[in-house]
Amino acid sequence: MAIFLTKDSRVLVQGMTGSEGARHTSRMLAAGTDVVAGVTPGKGGRTVDFGERTVPVFGSVAEAVGETGADVSVVFVPPRFTGSAVEEAVAAEVPLCVVITEGVPVHDAIRFRALARGGTRIIGPNCPGLISPGQSSAGIIPADITTAGRIGLVSKSGTLTYQLMYELRDLGFSTAVGIGGDPVIGTTHIDCLRAFQDDPGTDAIVMIGEIGGDAEERAAAYISANITKPVVAYVAGFTAPEGKTMGHAGAIVSGSSGTAQAKKEALEAAGVRVGRTPSETARLMRSALGTA
Amino acid sequence: MDLYEYQAKELFGRHGIPVPLGDVARTPAEARAIAAEIGAPVVIKAQVKTGGRGKAGGIKAAPGPQAAEEEAGRVLGMDIKGHLTRAVLVEVATVPFEEYYAAFLVDRTAGSFLAMVSAQGGMEIEELAERDPGALVRLPIDPAVGVDAAVAQQLVDKAGLPETAAATLQRLWDVMVTEDALLVEVNPLILTTDQRIVALDGKVTLDDNAAFRHERAPEELTGSLEGRARAKGLNYVKLDGRVGVIGNGAGLVMSTLDVVAGAGADPANFLDIGGGASAQVMADGLEIILSDPDVRSVLVNVFGGITTCDAVATGIVTALELLGERGRARPIVVRLDGNNAEVGRRILSDARHPAVRQVPTMDGAAQLAARLAAGA
Repeated sequence: MAIFLTKDSRVLVQGMTGSEGARHTSRMLAAGTDVVAGVTPGKGGRTVDFGERTVPVFGSVAEAVGETGADVSVVFVPPRFTGSAVEEAVAAEVPLCVVITEGVPVHDAIRFRALARGGTRIIGPNCPGLISPGQSSAGIIPADITTAGRIGLVSKSGTLTYQLMYELRDLGFSTAVGIGGDPVIGTTHIDCLRAFQDDPGTDAIVMIGEIGGDAEERAAAYISANITKPVVAYVAGFTAPEGKTMGHAGAIVSGSSGTAQAKKEALEAAGVRVGRTPSETARLMRSALGTA
Repeated sequence: MDLYEYQAKELFGRHGIPVPLGDVARTPAEARAIAAEIGAPVVIKAQVKTGGRGKAGGIKAAPGPQAAEEEAGRVLGMDIKGHLTRAVLVEVATVPFEEYYAAFLVDRTAGSFLAMVSAQGGMEIEELAERDPGALVRLPIDPAVGVDAAVAQQLVDKAGLPETAAATLQRLWDVMVTEDALLVEVNPLILTTDQRIVALDGKVTLDDNAAFRHERAPEELTGSLEGRARAKGLNYVKLDGRVGVIGNGAGLVMSTLDVVAGAGADPANFLDIGGGASAQVMADGLEIILSDPDVRSVLVNVFGGITTCDAVATGIVTALELLGERGRARPIVVRLDGNNAEVGRRILSDARHPAVRQVPTMDGAAQLAARLAAGA
């Protein structure tokens, strides 16, 4: 089992005919993803040959969904077009829309998030997407880091996701979700924790956070009230100075709020074991699963 | 990007929000000329992107041009919480009859917009929120509706602001939307003795992601390492330590800083070269880090994902060729893991560069870099 994305997911790629879109569609196919359609306005009726599979291109998301039954969209279009691309997926009632694009204006993210409420689940923007190893991949997470297993992972950061998947590659993952590092994102740590708790294929959860905002603190409160599966966490940014943006638009410490220390303390108070480094976090997970 | 007060007020002026008459000065003589043109008592305000400048002595009253020149001379060059004062705003002294607070911001938790308005302005908003939380009205703003006349009316009613402030709130929302701002804050928004609403201060943060749809003045580059890095499109933050750090992905680099600190050394910087670490980007990154005289050792920490480790290793080798002698002066510890790590490590060992030392794990690499920085 897995969350949000399974072997039965039918994936369409918005921006498939662009260079990034084509490159990653090819990788998603190789990872076993059922890519059924591409969408590029004005290029409907074409096909793109990926070797093993020839994927049809449609001019609109609604048309692609109508013709192929796609239920997941992965968005690779440039930032200036991302807002309207996501709004189109929402209007077509696609259940899951994964926004890989980095550099999306925050006002656009707020707008499509509001439009999607109660309908489409949005993951991202500025995220690596999600992967259910051995089943399907929607995004850019490398498929060959690890195999299928029973750990769920949720993270703001792409490369830290890869690092933890690699450290625990012998155990494997049910689903790993990169929720993105922007200030406004569609799916939060809590959404993923809830889904992992409900997923019979997930035994334990790794949560990766970083400085900025209060998402980790709220996740801690949610965990203590609702999660019975073991959770281990890692928080990046203990050495970050106040007032400086550390790469991710959302990663900024303002005053005493949003510090790594405050997040660590909140998580530990909720019974979550927090690693000081990625490797220590992996060890904590092994001991939680009794495989140390 | 945070704007200076004078830039925020220029924006306000363009959107019809009343601000005191004034202009920005970079020398005492300019301050004198502006004060002479205003022809009334003025205030000299340090232009720094930090709070608490009044307490730090960065705001001075000047009754005329002579005093304006003298006070500007005192304020210019002043260090306010680590921010050097390079400019002052010279504006007509305006006496508040009442002081309010008004802000629109992005509420990360709600993933939407929030209005915060209070009839008690002038003090730090954190202080107000603590002292009298009931006096601060918080109202979520529906992005589909924004702040229309009805919402603005609701805000002034709830907070107890004069009716005339409603139009100003709507215009501040215009700034928020049309300028793609993440924060528009006026503290204090004042009522003058002659019953006018005026923005006496202004804090605006613009969304860098939206720069493509605006004509904005480029951020002034100061020639610092951070400025040079930004000009090359690198994500660099200078820190106080001795271990230079380069990595791919913001989260991994933040984590690397922590692991270096855990190994007993202080990182000299944050530098994220992003997902596609080309040879040129790696060379630019190494060049910036090796230009920092504080750096004693360099730690390159890369997890090969879509960009595989062999590509990264080739990038490092090419970068070191481009840097020549400068690349040999300080030890460079490299940790490659993830996709094609074996191939990448072999490329680096075959290159036999005298400065490069490879360590297979992140923890081990940080420990070695820390020891090398300490001179061991």
